[in-house]
Amino acid sequence: MMIKTIQHNSRLTAGGCFTVLLLALTAFMFAFSGDVSAADQATEKVQGNFAGADYWRSVSDGTEGYTTSQGAEHGQLINVDGERWRHWRNKWISPGGLIAIGGSLGLLVLVYLTLGCMKLDKPRTGRLVLRWGLFDRAMHWFVAITFLTLAFSGLNILYGKHFIPEYFGYDIWKNLIALSKFLHNYIGPVFSVGLLVMIVRWFGHNFFNMTDLKWFIQGGGLIGNKHPSAGFLNGGEKGWFWALTILGLVVVGSGLVLDFPLFGQTRNDMQTANLIHGGVSLLLVAVSLGHIYIGTIGSEGALEGMKTGYVDETWAKQHHDLWYEEVKDQIKEPAGEEKSATEKGNTGRA
Amino acid sequence: MAKMKFLCDSERCIECNGCVTACKNANETEWGIQRRRVVTIDDGEPNETSISVACMHCTDAPCMAVCPTDCFYQTDDGIVLHDKDLCIGCGYCLFACPFGAPQFPKQGAFGERGKMDKCTFCAGGPEEDPAKQKAKYGANRIAEGKLPLCAEMCSTKALLAGDAQTVSDIFRERVVYRGHKDGAWSSLDSEKAVPGEMSQQQMAALADELAVDAGNIIAKA
Repeated sequence: MMIKTIQHNSRLTAGGCFTVLLLALTAFMFAFSGDVSAADQATEKVQGNFAGADYWRSVSDGTEGYTTSQGAEHGQLINVDGERWRHWRNKWISPGGLIAIGGSLGLLVLVYLTLGCMKLDKPRTGRLVLRWGLFDRAMHWFVAITFLTLAFSGLNILYGKHFIPEYFGYDIWKNLIALSKFLHNYIGPVFSVGLLVMIVRWFGHNFFNMTDLKWFIQGGGLIGNKHPSAGFLNGGEKGWFWALTILGLVVVGSGLVLDFPLFGQTRNDMQTANLIHGGVSLLLVAVSLGHIYIGTIGSEGALEGMKTGYVDETWAKQHHDLWYEEVKDQIKEPAGEEKSATEKGNTGRA
Repeated sequence: MAKMKFLCDSERCIECNGCVTACKNANETEWGIQRRRVVTIDDGEPNETSISVACMHCTDAPCMAVCPTDCFYQTDDGIVLHDKDLCIGCGYCLFACPFGAPQFPKQGAFGERGKMDKCTFCAGGPEEDPAKQKAKYGANRIAEGKLPLCAEMCSTKALLAGDAQTVSDIFRERVVYRGHKDGAWSSLDSEKAVPGEMSQQQMAALADELAVDAGNIIAKA
């Protein structure tokens, strides 16, 4: 009964596949409806104590029997859902992830080649505004580093076997894939904690308002020649926050199901969790590339805020004018003493 | 080249679990790992049917297709083996396998499973040193020109192991002798196989005919 329900669930998640199956099944039923008596005769022929067509049908439907083996789900002779999982993972998730990440990379290269790095409009004033406190920065880099570790190890788990053994040889591959699994399984829960803290801490900053709508209408400054207004966070940053929150929580949830097989998860549960985990995390990696681009080579001065905590007055005015209006009273003069203190803090953290 | 396959004749299997014991003894698998098991459907009912199941050494093996380390390989005999040094214990092979063949010595937090273990068709594994090979993968009877112990010791000869062609020939012959009209491949001309209406020679001829057909099927696959 339990198995049946779970199978049903996995079919629901593979909605498209299920519909196709249903259609095929209906067609099948119609095609054979005129042949019932013949089918009955066939059943009669195979009766006796010989395992007939019905027997095999129920076996391939996952019927459970009795076994002395203590292995999990060993009473089930055949589980056909594994084949469905294989199909979805290898034929959809795996190439789909490449398309998503490759597409995202390609788009960013195109953006960089056509628009280049978004420079500051005016020269720096040298006066600094505090944007991210130490806790925010530490949290950001904690999540960023664990995220990247998980992304690279995860990508290696999905794609590595197609080229690494060939180019780097058996020994490197053996150690790399073992390390990938180890990091992925142990860093995963660590990342989850970081992500949760981040969501809670930055939640309040990230509600969309009319300013963000206008920001989006102007494509973040791409449409029209005027930089759109923005508060502490602009529409794009908020969008990334919600993408990370929603996709991230799905990835964390499905990941924990896979990482802790201690609660009687069946193979079908693992298959479903794996499809969700793989699909959503690949999407998240594809989206994260946009964030990484804009935070590094895409926009001059953006990385400083997350590195030192301070951004230049010119940058603040250009990118977050509304926020700048709020905080311009607290701007720090470029006093030598304070600046060196900030730098000291940086090296200490790095 | 031979294509090694198992076939369990559900008509003959009496759920004695001799194959399970033979396997355990030949391969001396870790505590908790049972490479072969017998499943009885409709246990205790008139149509009770038992089947012995382990790794079926699929031609298009799902475990092989999903393994992130690519630790599986097929021998020239079509036996699916895996490299335990490369295995990371992710469990994907188990999720994909229709027969629940791959097993792990443990199932801990953080996906700690240890190295996967499964039936090797008594063909050992990728390890030069015979003693190490035996300890890691179990017996290598194939190297000694012997078939898997489970099949060799099956008291009713329900469990057959060997070249697919030979195994299916034996099975087809049985099906014909049993006089089963729609035996394994019901699309075949079954009118000839009426129990009690054929001489021994006719039955043998039919068995031969069916065996040739099986050869064609395998050749096409």
